[in-house]
Order: sequence, then C-alpha cells, then structure tokens
Amino acid sequence: MKFYALRKTLKVVGEKFFEPGKPLAALYPLYDAADTFFFTPGKRNEGSVHVRDAGDFKRMMIYVVYALIPCMLMGLYNVGLQANRLIAAGGAVPDDWHGAILNWLSAAIPVFNPDSVFGCFVYGFVYWLPVYVVTMVAGLFWEILFAGVYKEEVNEGFFVTGFLFPLICPATIPLWQVALAISFGVVIGKEIFGGTGRNFLNPALVARAFLFFGYAGQISGDKVWTAVDGVSKATPLSYASGGVDALVSAGYSVHDCFFGTIPGAVGETSTVACLIGMAFLLITGIASWRVMASMFVGGMGLAYLLTQCDPSTLAAHPAFTLGPQWHFVMGGFAFGMVFMATDPVTSAATRAGQYIYGLLVGALVIVVRVLNPAYPEGVMLVILFGNCVAPLIDYFVVNANIRRRMKRLQAK
Amino acid sequence: MKLSEQSKDSFIKPLFKNNPIFVQILGVCSSLAVTTSLRTALTMALAVTFVTAFSNVGVSLIRKVIPSSIRMIVEMTIIATLVILVDQLIKAFSYDLSKQLSVYVGLIITNCIVMGRAEAFAIKNNVGDSLLDGIGNGIGYGMVLIVVAFFRELFGFGKLFGVVVFPTVQNGGWYVPNGIMVTAPAAFFLIGGIIWLVKTYNKDMQDAE
Repeated sequence: MKFYALRKTLKVVGEKFFEPGKPLAALYPLYDAADTFFFTPGKRNEGSVHVRDAGDFKRMMIYVVYALIPCMLMGLYNVGLQANRLIAAGGAVPDDWHGAILNWLSAAIPVFNPDSVFGCFVYGFVYWLPVYVVTMVAGLFWEILFAGVYKEEVNEGFFVTGFLFPLICPATIPLWQVALAISFGVVIGKEIFGGTGRNFLNPALVARAFLFFGYAGQISGDKVWTAVDGVSKATPLSYASGGVDALVSAGYSVHDCFFGTIPGAVGETSTVACLIGMAFLLITGIASWRVMASMFVGGMGLAYLLTQCDPSTLAAHPAFTLGPQWHFVMGGFAFGMVFMATDPVTSAATRAGQYIYGLLVGALVIVVRVLNPAYPEGVMLVILFGNCVAPLIDYFVVNANIRRRMKRLQAK
Repeated sequence: MKLSEQSKDSFIKPLFKNNPIFVQILGVCSSLAVTTSLRTALTMALAVTFVTAFSNVGVSLIRKVIPSSIRMIVEMTIIATLVILVDQLIKAFSYDLSKQLSVYVGLIITNCIVMGRAEAFAIKNNVGDSLLDGIGNGIGYGMVLIVVAFFRELFGFGKLFGVVVFPTVQNGGWYVPNGIMVTAPAAFFLIGGIIWLVKTYNKDMQDAE
C-alpha cells in the first residue's frame, strides 16, 4: 500500500472541497483531473459499452506524449546546435532574456559549444521550456473553463496538443503569440465543437495555422528558425524550388536532413526521431498504420513520378528533381505523417477511408511543395484540408458498404 | 404621432430578435467583404439602409396593383434603380471610397436582405410599417457590420476610422498587426462569435436539442 497516503489525502480533499455543494465545486474538473492522473478511476462504465481494452483514453494520450519524446530531445539538441554553428560563423547570442540566461548558464554548462551535446541541449531547453509552459497554462485555462461549462472532466487530449504545439513552432516564437495561438486552437479548433473527440480539426495545427496567417513574420521566412541574432540560415525547403543542385550547394545532404541537424521547427527536423516515435506508436497500436503507410505511398509515389518527367521539364522545373529521399526527410513530412495525420479524432475512421485520406494528404503535400510556388511547405495546410474532407470520405465509404450489403441481400 | 404596436415591432424586431445577419443569416457575403475598415462598413451600412427602406416603400406602395406572377421582376426593378442611384452618388461624391468598396455597392442588388424584406414584409404591409421595417433591417445589418469592422480594423491595422490607435511595429510602435483580421475568414470567426454570444444569452434563439 505504497500510495495509500496519497489516495486517502485526495479522497478527503475531494469530499471536503470539491464534491457538489462544497465551496470549490466549480473546480471539480480540476480535482478530478488530478485524482485520475494518479489513480485509475474506480467508477465502472454503465450502459451499452462494447469495447473491451486494458488501455483507456488517458493511457492512449500519454503514449503519444512518450512517442514524441525522441523528437523533443533531438529537437532541443538541434536548436542549440544550429544556434552555436551560426554563432561560430559570426552570429551573436540573442540580446534578450534568453541570452541573459544563456550567458549566466555558460559559467557552469558549455552552452556555446557546438560539440557539446549537453550544452546544445540546454540551449534548446532555455527556448523550449517557456513556450511549453505558456502553452500548457493558456491551453489548460480554456480546457478547465470549458470542462466547467460542459460539466465534463478535463481530459488528457490537451497533454498531446500542448506537447505537439511547441514542437511545430520555431524556437524563437514570441510567447504572447504562443498564448494567443493555443487559445485560438483550443477554443475555435476544439471546444466550440464540443471538446475532445468532437473536434474535426487538429487543435495544434489550428493554432499553428493561426500564427501562419496572423503573424507570418514570426513563423515563416528565413530569419526565424535559428535562435541567434545577426545571421540566419534558411531551411532546406526554401531551397527546394532550385532542385537538388540548390540544396547541395547550400550545404544540405539527405544524411543531415535524416538525422535532423538542419534548421526548422523545434521537433520536426529529425526524421530518425519521428521513426522511433512511429515504431512506438505502431507497437502499442495507438496510431493507424494505414494512414501512415498510405500517406507515405501517396507522397513518395508522386515525388518519384515527378522525377521521371521528360528531361526538358526537369530542366524547366528543378524542384521536380527532388525525389522521395529528399521529400521524406525535409520539413514536416515525417512528423506530420506520424503524429498529425494519424490523430484518431480528425483522420478518417473507416479502413478504406484511411487509405484514401492518407493517399490524398501525402500526394497533396508534394503538390503544394513542388507545384505551388507560393508555399515552400504544405504539410500543415494539407493535413488541415485532409481533416476537413475526412468525414466526407467516411460518408462515402459507409454508404458504399451499405449498398454492397443491400445488393448481397437482394441476390439471395 | 403614436405608433401602433405592430409599427414598433417592425422597426425594433430586426435590430436584435430578428437581426438579418445573426438570426436570418442573410447578407453575410457582403459583410465579409466590406468590413476591413470602419469607413467602408459605415458607408455600406448607410447604403443598404437607404436601399431597404425605399425599396420597401416602393414595393409597398404598388403592392395592390402588382400581379403576383411577375411581382419579383417588379421588386427587382425597384431595387436595381435604388442601387444604381446609391452607386452613382458614392462615385460622384466619394470616388476613393467607391473604389475601396469596388463591386460590393452594385452587389447590394443581390443582397438577400433587400429582396427578402420586399418579399416577406413590404408586399403584405402598409407603407409606414414597410419603411420602418426597411430602416430597422438596414440598421440591424449595419450594426453587425460596424462591430465586425471595429475589431478587424483595430486588430488588423491598429486603427479606427483611419486614425492610429495602436502604433504598429512597422511604424516604430509596439503593436504587431494580426494578419488574419485583414482576411475574410476573420469576419467569419467574428460573426460566428457574435451568433454564439447572442444565442448563449438569449435562450429563445437556441435550437431545440
């Protein structure tokens, strides 16, 4: 009975303050969230429950957070690595409170040494932690507010959204924009549709899209991806319109892009970290392999087809020369494929629908990247588009199934 | 002059309880297009109020002599005449503004509010009530336009009626303008938000569960 004291304390606190009629009854969702965070609830489902599984919603969401940890660790290291490489090339330590903390830390930790893995990691951590804290505080504020309105418990859906969001932003994102964006994402992307499970758009992506259209200067272009002053380095995707030659002459290789030592949003750069997360999600059965596989086939298939164009077309459109090996490792393709497109609430729910949804999203990412010169990256917008059409895809799949069965019935 | 209950109703109802935008969901298209600044929104509000008021009067005046089979064509003629009048007036006296509003003044002709009020109200009611109903609907529409434009101009440009309220970063101030507010989706979100608020505080308007 190791946890007996905690169990008892929580129970007494709950009965004294949070039960209906007690002084803090309005904050019951908060108490319930804390209670079920530590202990599996003792309540049993009643009525028609037909799913039998040892896991529950909480475990499922926490597993996604576990799966994201490699991306986070690798991302934080990379933030420091990119910054330190540019400092070595003549950049300046940022002239703000980040810089002040880093200078203070540099007495004890080699934060300005590009060869020190731990130093680079700490550099990234100084940038990531405030973004994460602001995301969680602002997001949970709305979660608890709406849980009170809906009279439901606060659920773990937000832990995933709150962990994802800082990973798809540049490290240099201003904190007030983080608070504004995650509020928009949670309220407009999720709560007004009824909360977790009823949202048709991925809230983290809605928040990012808000920043992308609202404050483009702080989330796109060449200046924002590295946390130093004075010099900047463009992401591989901004060279993609020039084809393989432009990428190679800018100093990028498939190898670097695969391991993630390139500028980009915090968590998206490392394909290998995404693949570790993917393995975890597939082994635990949390995410749909159908969505991942079909998105991979759709995107890489189209990228390969484009490389097979006539040489005169390739010469006129150098971006066509980037084969699957580049598209898979650049930008957010792998991250979007593993963690965003597979969101069980917003992706297609039927099996056939998941194949169609994945193929559509994968192929459209390449269309936006290669054939549309306005946006260098398309993963975010394409997955949001996929979220919008997923219910339609499911509708047709379900109707086709009904028609097929009706025919079978008539044939008898 | 003492107004009858019905006359009062025909003016007051469209302001809130039967507001053309957030209850009847009419005229949303133009409210997305002209609400990037308060100046254009106010002009549009006045133009639409003028057109609904006088098209209602016109239709109501001849309501007993219009054969039912061609009534919509007759209504359309009246509305079109008024819209062209407004368009020409704005062009003559405020050319810049007319350029900003571009096609949207001409498109008042297709604004469902005008035709809707002619069909739903003026064709069955007397001239006085029709005038009040037209003005009420115009103001009800204009109010929403101005509220939406207030937020869009303030947060999108840091200005109100072109006067700097929040000095923007580009001009050496502190305010970072929000790019979404300048685009049409912002009007969708704002109108959606207004509908949400109104329905939350007015239980009669909620759909039955």
